[in-house]
Amino acid sequence: MKTIADIQAIRDKMKSQIVVRDKDTSDEIRVIVGMATCGISAGARPVFNTLMDEVANRQLKNVKVVRTGCLGMCTLEPIVEVLEPGKEKVTYCRVTPAKAKEIIDKHIVGGNICTQYLIDNEE
Amino acid sequence: MRELSLNILDIAENSLKAKATLVEIDVSMENNTLTIAIKDNGCGMTEEFLAKVTDPYTTTRTTRKVGLGIPLIKMEAEMAGGSFDIQSQLGVGTTVTTTFAVDHIDRPPLGDVGETIMTLLTELGDTRIVYRYNANGQGFDFDTLELQQQLEGIPLDTPEILQFVKQLINENMNTINGGMLL
Repeated sequence: MKTIADIQAIRDKMKSQIVVRDKDTSDEIRVIVGMATCGISAGARPVFNTLMDEVANRQLKNVKVVRTGCLGMCTLEPIVEVLEPGKEKVTYCRVTPAKAKEIIDKHIVGGNICTQYLIDNEE
Repeated sequence: MRELSLNILDIAENSLKAKATLVEIDVSMENNTLTIAIKDNGCGMTEEFLAKVTDPYTTTRTTRKVGLGIPLIKMEAEMAGGSFDIQSQLGVGTTVTTTFAVDHIDRPPLGDVGETIMTLLTELGDTRIVYRYNANGQGFDFDTLELQQQLEGIPLDTPEILQFVKQLINENMNTINGGMLL
């Protein structure tokens, strides 16, 4: 059976790669996922983990993916908000893992908002 | 909820919001009974709030006055031939315990517990999470305190570490009962 001690190989590899993060968060992009009961039941867990994976795989050091509670529009969950310094908040709704990948690719990396997934389209 | 691991995530998220420093998640299967217990040492509830906590129109949140997490898991347990219990004391903590008849047709699958624990480990702060899984006399424990000691300063939410945790939990659960609950 696998044990926690098996982490040693990964730990030793990570030690050589570890980068001390700059404490300055003025350029930090925050990607917020609603994970209350409504979000979780609508599929927020795989969306959150996809965003985490994409940020890690692309080594986006200034992007932080965080969880939050109910964003108040339960029928539109999973909801993802993107907060970029100096810009208006962007809110995506009914996000899936595939859409999450696209948001990272086109919006976070490419700088182009994925307008087709915006919450504005629902109103 | 499509799987019980999502209910576990939902209840444990409440524990984190209640500023618990220790969250213990126990999943056990004995004979035909699956028991899921989530215990925290968070802020707890008043007797008055506890008395109406299974009412979907009772919540601490302010965005909308509905709170479905507890009523949902209660309903799922009762529909699957099981039971629901919640104990809470203000300033001491809360324990939610549910049971399910394993072979009941309406029992949701346990699902991806590894992914639930992995999700909880991101931005965990100083909270310690202990996950215990036991099935018919065999079991294993996962403890973030033990993991952090092994990590020697490497953050718990490093992607490689999170993937390791997910695999550790799911592989060990599969080893124990052949994945029959997953």
